[in-house]
Amino acid sequence: MTQAQTKDDRYVSDFHALQKSVDGSEPAWLSRVRADAFARFAELGFPTARRGNERWKYTSVAPIAGATFIHAVAGAPDSVDARVLNGRLPHDDGWVTLAFVDGRYSPSLSTGAPELEGARISSLADSLASDGDVAERHLGRYARFEDDGFTALNTAFVNDGAILSVEREACIQRPIHLVYLSTGDGSPAVSYPRNLVVAGRNSESTVVETYLSLSPGRDLTNTVTEIVLDEGARIDHYRLLLDAADGFHVGTTRVHQSKDSSFTSSSISRGAALARHDLLVTLDAPGTSCSLNGLYVTSGREHIDNFINIDHAKPNTTSRLYYKGILDGSSRAVFGGTVLVRKDAQKADAQQSDKNLLLSDDAEVDSKPSLLIYADDVKCGHGATAGHIDQDTLFYMMSRGLDRKTASALLVRGFAGEIIDQVRLEPLRKFLDETFLGVLAGSQIGGGR
Amino acid sequence: MSNIMLNVRNLHASIGDIGILRGVDLTVNAGEVHAIMGPNGSGKSTLANVLAGRPDYTVTRGEVLFEGRDLRAMEPEVRAREGIFLAFQYPIELPGVRSWQFFKSAVDAVRTHRGEEEMSIRAFDRMLQEKMQLVEIDPELTKRSVNEGFSGGEKKRNEILQMALLEPKLAILDETDSGLDIDALRIVANGVNQLKRPSNAIVLVTHYQRILNYITPDFVHVLLDGRIARSGGRDLALELEEKGYDWIRETVEAGAQPGS
Repeated sequence: MTQAQTKDDRYVSDFHALQKSVDGSEPAWLSRVRADAFARFAELGFPTARRGNERWKYTSVAPIAGATFIHAVAGAPDSVDARVLNGRLPHDDGWVTLAFVDGRYSPSLSTGAPELEGARISSLADSLASDGDVAERHLGRYARFEDDGFTALNTAFVNDGAILSVEREACIQRPIHLVYLSTGDGSPAVSYPRNLVVAGRNSESTVVETYLSLSPGRDLTNTVTEIVLDEGARIDHYRLLLDAADGFHVGTTRVHQSKDSSFTSSSISRGAALARHDLLVTLDAPGTSCSLNGLYVTSGREHIDNFINIDHAKPNTTSRLYYKGILDGSSRAVFGGTVLVRKDAQKADAQQSDKNLLLSDDAEVDSKPSLLIYADDVKCGHGATAGHIDQDTLFYMMSRGLDRKTASALLVRGFAGEIIDQVRLEPLRKFLDETFLGVLAGSQIGGGR
Repeated sequence: MSNIMLNVRNLHASIGDIGILRGVDLTVNAGEVHAIMGPNGSGKSTLANVLAGRPDYTVTRGEVLFEGRDLRAMEPEVRAREGIFLAFQYPIELPGVRSWQFFKSAVDAVRTHRGEEEMSIRAFDRMLQEKMQLVEIDPELTKRSVNEGFSGGEKKRNEILQMALLEPKLAILDETDSGLDIDALRIVANGVNQLKRPSNAIVLVTHYQRILNYITPDFVHVLLDGRIARSGGRDLALELEEKGYDWIRETVEAGAQPGS
């Protein structure tokens, strides 16, 4: 395909420009990783559904592969006025915020690197410039680029993001908020945020990742977050994808868990022209547990694809996977959840479910939860549902005086509530209730008669 | 001024192509309690649901006037705001919808319709406490999702609680007594009795006479094959209990008015 060839050339010239700009100013190991990753991307290209690639069966990345995105080596990270963010992001004065504009650290929108007892937090660029020790040890070790074109690209072009290292036994009370803004003005641009969270033994911390498009541009965000939990560590992770109706978002979150560690996540997303999130968790020691919740809300012609893989690699591991979708318009959602229980992972306990509420006849969901079980002493279950608002239920509510719209909104809120009510951060829960679901209340939920 | 609250004339209704009501006549005045009895499939629940505006049913003939106005032109929520309440035979569970919020939204919808202000949280809380005592409902239940995980008896009591909150002019109870043990039946009946006013009316749809031991009807109607086959006073219910519905059917089929 000549078309695709041309676009790939663009990545080649961007990569050479990047190599030139960082030459001599970055550690040698990083230059090597970049070169390897780019070489791998050149081999892999963008993923396709061909040759029985189940992971990409229902999502075509042709709109991304066929588009041209500007890759700016330098950005204008302080170009965004903090006031435009009011009400568009969850916020609390107690949170530590690291903000990035089009992939570059923005000191003016960040709370600065505060004296956080028990943790070190900085932008990846700063960390690489001073002491790249943690980065060198962990970067790319978990989110392997060998089998994923997007991760390979992200690794090749890596330049900024957040790096959080929590000391052993530390309990970090203040949530860490990583904010990624895409400005979306001018030509479509691409950014490659890269985050690394390393949680020391028996530490506790909370991380919120928020991706927000400030204007309806067709930007691409290709982001990778690696999270490593040492023995007994606990992380509450939240991931928000907001206001990207016309944009593209491809993200991978790679989690690696050591003995007795516990990882909880809530992934809450509006749709996008194309949004994909891979959440890959390895329960690599006995006593590990993860609880992954998700809520996706789509409308118009949006497309969202959540791919989740939980690898029960060792005995006595527990996973909970609970996603819900609310689909309006002619939007489409894909849910692919795979739970793998390896041969030695006896006493694994895994439950997964995906439930969808369709608000229009044209919305469509492809939900494929699957279990691959190779151990014989396990407790596993899965299920998926999709349905419209029940007419008898609506009549019941209307017979109490509620109009159709109010009744539908209450039902939708109730449906989403199961996920939102589990959010432990009060300011975030409030934001989700008022702003995130507020968008729904304003739409024509339930349609007419 | 007439005190006719509900005036049903030659009402025919169907679900799909199947005719269920075939000419019902019924007049309910303010202050009255009417019991509608009948065997399964006679159209009792259909009548109750048609009055509340369930969209599954189509009125094919006849008229239904509520306070002199054509009910057919009103959406279900407008009927509710105008003062019609249906206690469901099978109350619906609303997962994730908090009882408190649902009840408050309903009360506010009715008040707004009447041109009144929405209730303050405090005033509503006070009213809710009071009405919960009336139906002896565990306050914990109202902190949960509406009807979710409730027992059969709790669901029925929750219906009467909503009736108490909305203070309807015309309350239609669709087999509220079915599936209740004697204690729950007493509580539900007691709640209904305390809500009786000279200004409102109650239509009790029931299969059994036993609830009429607790709620005394002014009129008893027997529905058979979509028509009211017989109307009478309270004694009719007792006679039915003794002789069974076949007794009415036989007399109707014989073309004679059964003796009184």
